[in-house]
Amino acid sequence: MTTGIRTVADARQRAFEHPQVQDYWKAVDCGFAQVADVFEECIYDALTSLHKDEMAAYVEAARLLGKLGRGAEPMLVFLQEWPSVAQSVGPGALEPVVLFIKAMQKSPNGKAITPFLQTLAAVARRLQSAEQIENYLDVARELMVRTTGSIHGHHSTFPSPGLPHLFEQAPFLLNLLPLGGLKNWVDYGIRNYSHHPERQEEYFGLKLADSKAVMQRERRGTLFADVERQLDLYLRALWQDGDQLVPYSTAFDELRKPIPYFDSRGLRVPDVFEDAGQIGGIDRYRAVLAHMVGHRKWSTPQIADNWSPFQRMAVEFFEDCRIETLLCRAYPGLRRIFLALHPKPVEEACDPATTSCLRHRLAMLSRAFLDAAHGYRDAELNLVVARFHALLQDGPSNTAEMASLALAYVAKTRRQSDQLAKVHFDDTVIDYRDDNRHLWQFIEDSDDEDFFDDPDKKLAKESEIVGLPPRHYPEWDHHTKTYRPDWTSVYEALHPSGNPADIDKLLEKHAALAKQLKRLLDLLKPQDKVRIRYQEEGSELDLDVALRALVDFKGGATPDPRINMSHRTDGRNIAVMLLVDQSESLHQKVGAGETAQSILELSQEAVSLLAWAIDRLGDPLAIAGFHSNTRHEVRYQHIKGFSERWDDTVKARVAAMDAGYSTRMGAALRHAGHYLGARKADKRILLVLTDGEPADIDVTDPEHLRADTKKAVEELDTKGITTFCLSLDPKADEYVREIFGNRFRVLDRIERLPEQLPMLYLSLTK
Amino acid sequence: MDKTQYLVKQEPFYQAQGKEVALYEAAYAAKLPVMVKGPTGCGKSRFVEYMAWKLQRPLITVACNEDMTASDLVGRYLLEANGTRWLDGPLTTAARIGAICYLDEIVEARQDTTVVIHPLTDHRRVLPLDKKGELVEAHPDFQLVISYNPGYQSLMKDLKQSTKQRFTAFDFDYPAPELETLILTKETGLAEGTAAKLVKIGQVGRNLKGHGLDEGISTRLLVYAATLIKRGVDAQDACRMALVRPITDDADIRATLDHAIDTTFV
Repeated sequence: MTTGIRTVADARQRAFEHPQVQDYWKAVDCGFAQVADVFEECIYDALTSLHKDEMAAYVEAARLLGKLGRGAEPMLVFLQEWPSVAQSVGPGALEPVVLFIKAMQKSPNGKAITPFLQTLAAVARRLQSAEQIENYLDVARELMVRTTGSIHGHHSTFPSPGLPHLFEQAPFLLNLLPLGGLKNWVDYGIRNYSHHPERQEEYFGLKLADSKAVMQRERRGTLFADVERQLDLYLRALWQDGDQLVPYSTAFDELRKPIPYFDSRGLRVPDVFEDAGQIGGIDRYRAVLAHMVGHRKWSTPQIADNWSPFQRMAVEFFEDCRIETLLCRAYPGLRRIFLALHPKPVEEACDPATTSCLRHRLAMLSRAFLDAAHGYRDAELNLVVARFHALLQDGPSNTAEMASLALAYVAKTRRQSDQLAKVHFDDTVIDYRDDNRHLWQFIEDSDDEDFFDDPDKKLAKESEIVGLPPRHYPEWDHHTKTYRPDWTSVYEALHPSGNPADIDKLLEKHAALAKQLKRLLDLLKPQDKVRIRYQEEGSELDLDVALRALVDFKGGATPDPRINMSHRTDGRNIAVMLLVDQSESLHQKVGAGETAQSILELSQEAVSLLAWAIDRLGDPLAIAGFHSNTRHEVRYQHIKGFSERWDDTVKARVAAMDAGYSTRMGAALRHAGHYLGARKADKRILLVLTDGEPADIDVTDPEHLRADTKKAVEELDTKGITTFCLSLDPKADEYVREIFGNRFRVLDRIERLPEQLPMLYLSLTK
Repeated sequence: MDKTQYLVKQEPFYQAQGKEVALYEAAYAAKLPVMVKGPTGCGKSRFVEYMAWKLQRPLITVACNEDMTASDLVGRYLLEANGTRWLDGPLTTAARIGAICYLDEIVEARQDTTVVIHPLTDHRRVLPLDKKGELVEAHPDFQLVISYNPGYQSLMKDLKQSTKQRFTAFDFDYPAPELETLILTKETGLAEGTAAKLVKIGQVGRNLKGHGLDEGISTRLLVYAATLIKRGVDAQDACRMALVRPITDDADIRATLDHAIDTTFV
C-alpha cells in the first residue's frame, strides 16, 4: 500500500526478529524509517538498565515524542539517550522530563526540545540525582517562561531566544558550576538581556564577555581572585619570594588543560582550584606555589640537545621529587598535602606487553620517593629509591646528579614497548607540578620547524596611546543584590583648556561675595585649637582638676599638681574632592531676560569661588567633571589635582567646562573615591554637584542607577570618605535622600549657587 | 636613700649577639650616655638589666609615656598639711646615688620633656633643679641609657638631632636563627628541635613586616610560645596563641601564619 509521497506504512509494518521488540514497536506506533533502523538496538540497550514497567513508560514517552509533529529527531534522540540518563539518575526523572517537554510543546519553544534531549544525558551524568534534574528543569522553565515574547500582551508568540543555547551549553556549564551557580547565571541573563533577543542568544551561547565573567564568579572551588592576597603573603612569608602571580583560565581549554608554569613575568597559576578530597583549594594553590618556588631555589637548567623526550621526562620526574623532598625538609607538613594530591599508581595496573609503561613506572617511582610507605615490591625501583635518598642525605644535591640518576634508571629499565603509541596515563598526572620549561636549555634551534622569519625580529606593532586605558568598575544590581562585574568603563582624561581670564572676570563679578567669604575664612582658620589638660604649667587653670586637687589637699592626701591646661594648634587635615556633573541638562537657562544664565555658567562660577576659597584655606582640593554615554563610556575629566595650585592652568580648564551626554554617577563616584581613598587625611570629603538624578540612555529602569549610586556612596563610607551632594534639581527631594542619606542639600534658587557652594563647604568643615 | 633596692639581684639571662657587652663596658668606664635601638621584644631592656647586674650598679628604669612631664623625671614639690616638701624624681635620684638611669621608649615622651636630660648628657654632667634652686652634680658612677624603637618612626615621633647626638648607640635586631634557638632553649629549657621550629615561624612572620604587619614576631613572643609548650600546651595551639593572635587581626595574614604553623609542626 503506497500513498505516493512517503511510505509510512512500510516503517510501521517493519518486522523484528524478537517478539518483545515487535510488541514495543507496535506500542510506539511510529512511521519513521530512521527510528525503525535503530529501534532494536535502543531497546536492547534500554533493557540492560530498565525494568519491565519502566520499559513501558519509556516506550510510551517515545510514542508521545513521535506524535509531536516535529519529525523523527526528538524521538530518535530520546530513544538513544534515555537509557543512559536513567542509569545516572534513576527512572524517576522520566515523569518531570515528559511534563517539561509537553510544556515546551505547548509554548512556542518546541524547537528547543531536540537540543534539550541531546544534552540531557551529559547533564544527568553531572547531576547524578532525580531531584537535581528537577531543579535543572526548574531553571530551564524559568528561562522559558520569562523570555518567551509576545506582541500583543497575553499571547506568547515568540520562542525564547536563549533557551536552545542554554541547553547546548548546559553540560559545559554544569561541569564548572554548581546548580545554584547555574541558576544565578541564568537569572543574570534573563534580567539583563530579556529585551534584546540577539544579545540574549550571545549571552546564553557564552559569547558575551559578560556571560563569561558572571560564570567565572559562580564557579565552584577556590577562586584565585578571592585568595590572591593570601597567596602573595604565603610566598613572601614562607618563601621570601615576592614575584607576580598571574592566573590563567581553565574554563575554556577543553582539550589541553594548561599546566602551571613560571617565566620572567611571574608565576602562572590556574584561576580556580576545586577541593581535592581532604585538600582544600587554597592548599592546592600553596602546593603549586611551593613546588615552583622550590625549582627557582634549587634547580639549574640542563642542556638537553642530546636527550630524548623520554629521557627528559624521566629527569623531570626525578628533579621534581628532589625539589619536593627539599620542600618537605623546610616545612614537614607539606608532605601531607603532596601525598594527598599525588596519585598512587597500582603496581600491576599497566601491561607492558600492549602499552607504553614508562609514565607509569616513573609515577610509581615518584610516589615511592615521597612516600616511605609506598609498598612497591619492584627491586629496581627500591634500589633507585635508596640511591635517591643517599644522594640527598647530606645536602640538597643538584639537578645534574638527578639527571644522571634518572638516565641510568631509564636505560636500565627500558623496554621495547615504551615506544608504543598507546600510553598508560591513569594515575600518572601530578597536577600540582609545573611544566618544567625552565629546566631545559637548547643550544641549537629546534629542527621541528623552519622559521623563515625569525619571530623575534618581527617588529612589535606599536600601539597608539589615546588617553589612559579604561578602568572598569562593577555596578550594583538591586534586584539580585549582587555586583555586575566590570560593568562600566571609565575613561579618564585631562580636561581641555580655555581662557583663564574668563574665570578671573567671573571672580571679579563676585568681588563682594569674595570679601564676605574672606572674613569667614579668617574666622575659620584659628579655630583649630586642641586643649591639652593635666599640665603642671599652662595658660589657664583647669577648674575641674583644680577642685579635685583641693579636695585631696584638704583631705590630707597628696594633691595632683597638674591643674593647668594649655592649647596647641592643630592643622586642618581635610582632603576634598569636588565632582561636577557635566551632563546635557546643564545647558538649561535659569532666570529670564538679560540676566538669564545657564546652569553651566553658574557651576563654573561656583567651582571657581570654592576653589579660590579652599586654596586660601590650604586644604588639598581636587576637581573633576564627569558625564557618560552608556556604560561603555563614562568620561571622567581631570580639572584640578590635589597638589595643583589654583593657578592659570587650572582656571583655563574650568573656563572650558562644557556639558553633554548623561549622568552615570556610581561609576564616577567610585573612580573619584579611589583617588580620594589614597589621600592620607583625617577627614576626606567628596562633594558632588549635580542637577539631576543618575540616569543613562542604556538603562530603562530609573531605580537601577539610583540603587547603584546609593551603593557607591555606601562603599565610600566604608572607606572613610564622606560624600555630600549639592543638588540643583528642585524635585530632588524624592530621591536624593534615598541615595545620600542625610548628607545633601537641595538648592531651590539656582542663581545663588556661586554663593552657596563655598558656604556649604565652610559649614561642613567648621 | 637605700641604694641596694635598685640593684639587680639575680643574673638575668642574656645571650650576646656580638661585641655589645665589651663595648658597653667601655662606654660605662668613660660614662658615655648610651642609646639602644631596635624593634620591640628583641632584648633591649634585658641587655641593660644584664649590664647593670654585671657592673653591679643600681638600675632605675622609667617607662616613658606621652603624658610625662619634666617634673615626673626631675622631681617636684609636694603639698603637705603644713607646707611643701621636695621629692626627687627618678632621674635626680639616679644622678645623686650614681645609678644607671634607663629611660625606656624615650620617643613616647614629649619633646619638651626630653630636653631636661641634655645637661646630664654632655661634659657638664649636671642636673639643674630650677624650682628648687639646686644644681645636682651627677655622681661619678651615674650613666644615662635610653632605648627607642625606630620602627614606629611616624613623622610625629622621632628624637631631635640635638638629643640623638648626645649618645653612643647600639643597633639591636632579632638574633640570627641559631642564636635565637639557643636563647629559647636556655631561657625556657625547651628542646632544641622544637625551639628551631619556633624560630622558623618567627622568620616567616618577620618576612611579612611591611606587607600587612607593622612589626615582626618578636623574640619575646617566641619565648612566650616556648614557655607554653614547655608547660605541656600543644605546640600548634601555643604558636597560635602566642605568635599569631597577638600580632594581627588580618584574616589573610592569620591564615598564612597558621598554615606555616601547620606545616612546621606535624
